[in-house]
Formats: sequence, C-alpha cells, structure tokens
Amino acid sequence: MHSVTKATLARIGRWCVNVNRFTGARIIYRGVACTAEHGDRENELYDVIISGGGMVGTAMACSLGLDPNLEGKKILLLEAGNKKVMEKVPDAYSTRVSSISTGSATILTGVGAWDHIMNMRYKPYQKMQVWDACSDALITFDKENLQDEMAYIVENDIIVAALTKQLENLSDHVRVQYKSKVVKYTWPKSHQVEDSIPWVQVTLANGQTLQTKLLIGADGPNSMVRQEAGIPTVKWNYDQSAVVAVLHLSEPTENNVAWQRFLPTGPIAMLPLSDTESSLVWSTSHHHAEELLNLDEESFVDAVNSAFWSNENHSELAETAGSLFRTALSVLMPSAGSTRQLPPSVAGIGPKSRVMFPLGMGHASEYIRHRVALIGDAAHRVHPLAGQGANLGFGDVACLTQVLSQAAFNGKDLGAMQHLLVYETERQRHNLPMMAAIDLMKRLYSTNAAPVVLLRTFGLQATNTLPAIKEQIMAFASK
Amino acid sequence: MNICRRNMYSKKFGRLMFGLCTRCSTSVVTAATISTSHRTAVRLTSVCKHRMHFLERRSQIGLEHARVRCSSQTTVDPNEVKRFQLLASKWWNEQGEFAALHSLNDLRVPFIRDNLLNAHGRGQPGKPLAELRILDVGCGGGLLTEPLGRLGACVLGIDPVADSIGIAEVHAWHDPDVRDNVRYRSITLEELSEKGGQGAGQFDAVVASEVVEHLAQLETFALCCNQVLKPGGSLFITTINKTRLSYALAIVAAEEVLHIVPRGTHDWDKFVCPVELERLLESRESVFSPPLYLRATPILCLTRLLGRQSLKMVSTWTQSGVCCTTLCQGPGSGRKTPASTTRCML
Repeated sequence: MHSVTKATLARIGRWCVNVNRFTGARIIYRGVACTAEHGDRENELYDVIISGGGMVGTAMACSLGLDPNLEGKKILLLEAGNKKVMEKVPDAYSTRVSSISTGSATILTGVGAWDHIMNMRYKPYQKMQVWDACSDALITFDKENLQDEMAYIVENDIIVAALTKQLENLSDHVRVQYKSKVVKYTWPKSHQVEDSIPWVQVTLANGQTLQTKLLIGADGPNSMVRQEAGIPTVKWNYDQSAVVAVLHLSEPTENNVAWQRFLPTGPIAMLPLSDTESSLVWSTSHHHAEELLNLDEESFVDAVNSAFWSNENHSELAETAGSLFRTALSVLMPSAGSTRQLPPSVAGIGPKSRVMFPLGMGHASEYIRHRVALIGDAAHRVHPLAGQGANLGFGDVACLTQVLSQAAFNGKDLGAMQHLLVYETERQRHNLPMMAAIDLMKRLYSTNAAPVVLLRTFGLQATNTLPAIKEQIMAFASK
Repeated sequence: MNICRRNMYSKKFGRLMFGLCTRCSTSVVTAATISTSHRTAVRLTSVCKHRMHFLERRSQIGLEHARVRCSSQTTVDPNEVKRFQLLASKWWNEQGEFAALHSLNDLRVPFIRDNLLNAHGRGQPGKPLAELRILDVGCGGGLLTEPLGRLGACVLGIDPVADSIGIAEVHAWHDPDVRDNVRYRSITLEELSEKGGQGAGQFDAVVASEVVEHLAQLETFALCCNQVLKPGGSLFITTINKTRLSYALAIVAAEEVLHIVPRGTHDWDKFVCPVELERLLESRESVFSPPLYLRATPILCLTRLLGRQSLKMVSTWTQSGVCCTTLCQGPGSGRKTPASTTRCML
C-alpha cells in the first residue's frame, strides 16, 4: 500500500509537474503572444492617421475610406472629444453655422454625407446683399434665375453628425478612436538612416504609441501638428471678436437672402436658418462684443435692428458722391444696379444662445512636410465675413484625396514629398488669393475715413453694375 | 528644411532645362554603326567628331576610357558593377545621385501598370497587379521594385551588385506593404534563366528599366528574357535613345554641366536606338511581336511646364524623351500581328 501510494504519488506528482510545465509553457507562450500582439498594437503601423475629428478631419476620413485606390490601406481618425451622435435633430438651432458653397456640397455629396444633412436640417439661400453703413453703396449676388441656390446654411453640429454617421458605414476601411488626445509627435528623418524608424510616431495620452506613413493634421487653428513640426505660420489677431446668436424674426418670411452690412466696427451678418429664424454673426471690437453679451435680450435685439437699419454713419459727402456716381452708372448701364432692401426685423433671440469668440488670420507657409500634411483651419484661418472658412477646408480634402489616390495607384509611398507638394501648390494657389481678398475687405471696411469710404463706395457700386465680375466672384467663392 | 527645398528646386530647374530639349527619337544618327561587332568603327560625321573630341578630353582628365560592348557571353560589365557599388548607399536619397531615377517612376510605373492591366485585366481595387509575377532586372536599390510590389505584384528584383541588394532588402523590410511580396537576389540574369532553373518560364513580365545601356551584351540579355518569361508575357525596356541630342543632353548636359547624374554613369556608345532594339528582339526567331512605343516630345514637355510650375517640373522632366518599349511575346506560333505601333504622346 505504502509503495503503491508512493509510486502513485510519484506518478501523480510527475503528472502535476508536467501539467504545470505544460501550462506554464502555455502561459509563457500566451504571454509572449500577448506581448507580441500588444506590441504590435502598440506600434501598429497605419498608412494614414488623421489628427482631429472636426468637420474637415472627419470629411477627410470619409473621403479616404471611400476611395477605391486606397482600398486595403489602414486609416485611423483620432479625435480628442466624444463621438458626436445626433439621434434626433434638436428643436433649437445651434449658434455655430457655416455657409456651405455648391462646390463643398458636391464634395459632401461625393462623400455620402450630404444626404444625411438633407434629412436632418439645412437652409439653401438664393441671394446675398452686402452693403455699407457709411454710404448707400450695395452689392447683391444671385444666380441668373433665382431658382438656383447660391449656397447653404448648415449648422456645424449637423455637418459633423452627418459625417460621423457616414463614417460608421465605412468602419471596415476607417478606424476611429475617440477621446484620444495626442501628447507627442516624433518625426522621421527625411531619408533612411540606420536603425531609425522611418515613420511618424504618435503618442497618445493613454500611453499608446502609433506609427503612420502619413500624418494629416486637421486639428484646428491652434494645430499641434503644425506647431510640433515647426512649420512657420503667418498670423495675426484681428482686434475683433465675433458674437453669434440665433435670432427669432418678427414675422415669418421667405427667408432666402443672406444679409451682411459693413459697420465701421465690423461686419454684421444675418444668415437664414428657416422661415422664422436666422443666425447672427456680428464681428466687432472685443469691448463692444462683451457689452453685447451683457445686454439684456430686448436691448440686444434693439442693437441688432439698429445696426442693420440705421443710417447714422452716413456722411453727407459720401451720400452725395454716391448718388452722383450711381446716376452716372445708370446712364452707362441702365439695366444693372439694384434697389436696397432691408433685412427682416428681429423680435427675439434663442435662449442662452449668445456666444463670442476671437477672430484672427493665420496661414501656414508650408502645408506639408515629409510624411505630414495640413488641411482645414490648421493650414489657414480666415475672417468669417466671407463665409469661406469651411469651404476652403473641404477644398483641401478633395485635393488631398485626389493626390493620395493617384499616388497609391502609382505604387508610391503615401508620405513621399513629391505628390504632397502637388497638393500644397494647388491649394496655396487657390487659398492665398481668397485669404488676401478677405483680409483686404476687412481692412477696407474697418474705417470711416472719407477717402476710403469714397473709394469703396465707388468700387462697390461699379462692381454691382458689372454682372460679369459678379459672376466671376461667385464662381471663385463657390469652388 | 528650406535649404533642402531650395536645393531641390535648383536641381529640378536643372532637370527641367534638360527635359525641355528632350531626347528626340526622330533624329536617328545613321552614321554610327551600332552592330556589336563594329562598335569601334567610327565614321567622320560631325557627331562623331564631337564625340572623339570629348573622349580625348575625358581621357586626358583621367576618367576611364569609353567602354564599348565587348563580345563576351555575359551581360554583366565589371566596370559598371564597380561604379554602382560605390553608389550603393545613395539609392534612397530622393535628392541625391539617384534623384532622376526617383522622378522617373512617375513615368515608368504607370506605363508598366497600364500595359499589364491591358494584358491581364483589372486586379483587385487597391492592388491592381495582384497575382502577377514580375522580374525586375538590374533593380539596384529597389526604386522600381517597391512601387510594383505595392501595387500587389509578386516581384523579384535581381542585381549583380550585392551592396545594392542589401540596401534594397533593408528598405523593403520596413514597409509591411512591400515586405511580403518583394524579394531580392544578388544574381545575374543568365544564372536565373538557366534551363531547369528557378527562373525559367516563371514571370508574367520582365522589367529592364535603365539597364540595357549598362550591359555588356544585348543578345544574351534578349535570350535570357525569352527564357524567363511565360508564354504571352511582357517585356518592358526603358532606356536612352542613341542620337546626337541624347549625347548632348544625357552625357554633356546631365553629367558634365548640370550634374544631375554622376559623371561616367552613361556611355553613349552603349545607348540603343529603338530601331536597333526592335531588330535585336524581333530577330529572336520572331518570338517578340511588334512593340508599342511611348514617347514624349519637347512640345508636350513645354506645354506641361507652362501649365504648372514648382515641383511639377519633376514630372515634366520624367516625361521627356524616354523611349519606353513594351514588347509582347507572341504565343510562339511565329505569327506577327500588324505593326500597331501606338505612338502615344503623353
């Protein structure tokens, strides 16, 4: 019994040891495998990482995910905030809106998000009236027949939600990581150096490190990608802040006109949201903006109405000169010219809807570096007076997607400078004249000195009578 | 980075100037005889006079004497091997000595890809050349091999210079897209194509880009290509034409004046004109059917230049005057399809 037990015990013991060894081996193997997996995931190599999940970043992700030449490429979108889901469109309009040109609408249609936007909420408008506060000069833009839409006013939240929804359909092509804040970027050398990693490394706040062949910076006007890459930026602050609000109109109207008046303190714009509501964007000095925010609702409404309606800034000289010039022009071109219309009056504002934010101009002197590209506000930041900020960003998206698609079809490394430079050239050629024009307009209309007023009065009236020039302007703005 | 860009721009300007007056393939020099046995026979035309003068000058400066193709049985020229060995580490510097070859990818990859797609049909989206086996002869550092691999093809790059193969392997290892379907071997084409060897009848396409002007022997080369290709496979050759203009630009301008290419890289005697190349390949028992040409003219380059500036110069240069010939191996019946030489201008 004793010997049997001993032998049995020995056998059991050996069996246990074997099991343990086997299990141990398995544990070690699994541990190694896990480390390998974890290691792989830690240093997972993506083809493209887009840093920043705003309107432009998400549009870029959708656009790359849909491209057939980029099939099989690993694309990741990193967003520091939460996922923007919109189950149901909220009744109240949000204050931040964008004017989406027909060109941008085409891009969004191509990406598949425009259908979602149309199902949610958007407002097309057919006409734009821009006039001076210091004189009677005005200019109106509209398409030939008022049937065609000039552009659309869409809330920013809706654009992002529509793009996010479209991105969900592309989940097998594009991965998205929310609540992922980037803390560090490590840049590669421009050509192969021994033992160095040739990719861009992205370190997240949770310690994860990712590698990518191409990093696209879509992280807004204070872009970390741009700063870390050391890209020199030309920028200045306008001494202006924009006050945005949702306005309730006095009576329902066929609200299909965008109004903008240039006051000496800055432009005030009313953009249609629906038949009864409009969006206000009032760019004015910091001091005045704060005052406006502190006014009670009635006083604020009065301020808005008077800004649009009152003629207190008119000077005699400007009025006389203006009307003389207008008469002269009407002799030359009797059919052109337009009568001044007044925007609808405002009765109230949406609850808790007054916000202000500072304005500035910024332009990155280089949009690209080796394995890095900037799009949207990270590359260029403009004054909202022309409503072009978002449109320039969507233009960047279309151009960069096309460039990357062609590069992939030519078997190129996506981060190579050669084709990225094509993107930079094309977009800078488009963006710089636009930004220069916007800045010029802002400066031109920031004063009420008589000579400048006369100059801009004549200029505006002359332009108004030349449909060819107006068409060119509209075409350029809607690209 | 700005200095880097300035250098890049100035080099590209140089290449642009070079590309503006392209190697025009219409002015074939009738004087110089190109047959292998008479390469040293020189007739006194103005071209040859200049060439002799230039060669004398070169030998005075102490550079190596102009090589002519020797009548050996191997395609490998030991002097060429030595020259490329010294430059082995420079392959992947896009602004370095091989910048011209990097730029040339803009032209040759689409050309190879489109012709293979025509012959074999569309592959999967994202991997248009999937399931095709390609041999890149004289791959060097893998400049052309990697893009073809990224397009999904299974590519074998061969080169007699072992250092170049080493560099190519290291570069390819980093990129998972390329690591799996690109292989390199330091071997000559003859060794690969030996009957019963691994290379025989294995490849859908053979690419010999910027290679034939460095070879010792063209007949052997043609024979080996024949052996490694599958029936119906394609042979792609890109090389510099042999004309007065190509001498002026590829030797004098590119090497001596603008330093786009290291001195001594090319030997005008070894350049091949399209007619000669066609004759050589078609003489292989009518195995190869008539070629499709791809040419670019100076006018086209100029219009491209005027249209865009800055870095589009690079692709302007690359689309200047490279004679790319693709020849399709017939089904072996000796049938010759009518000369459908599609001279497509870019």
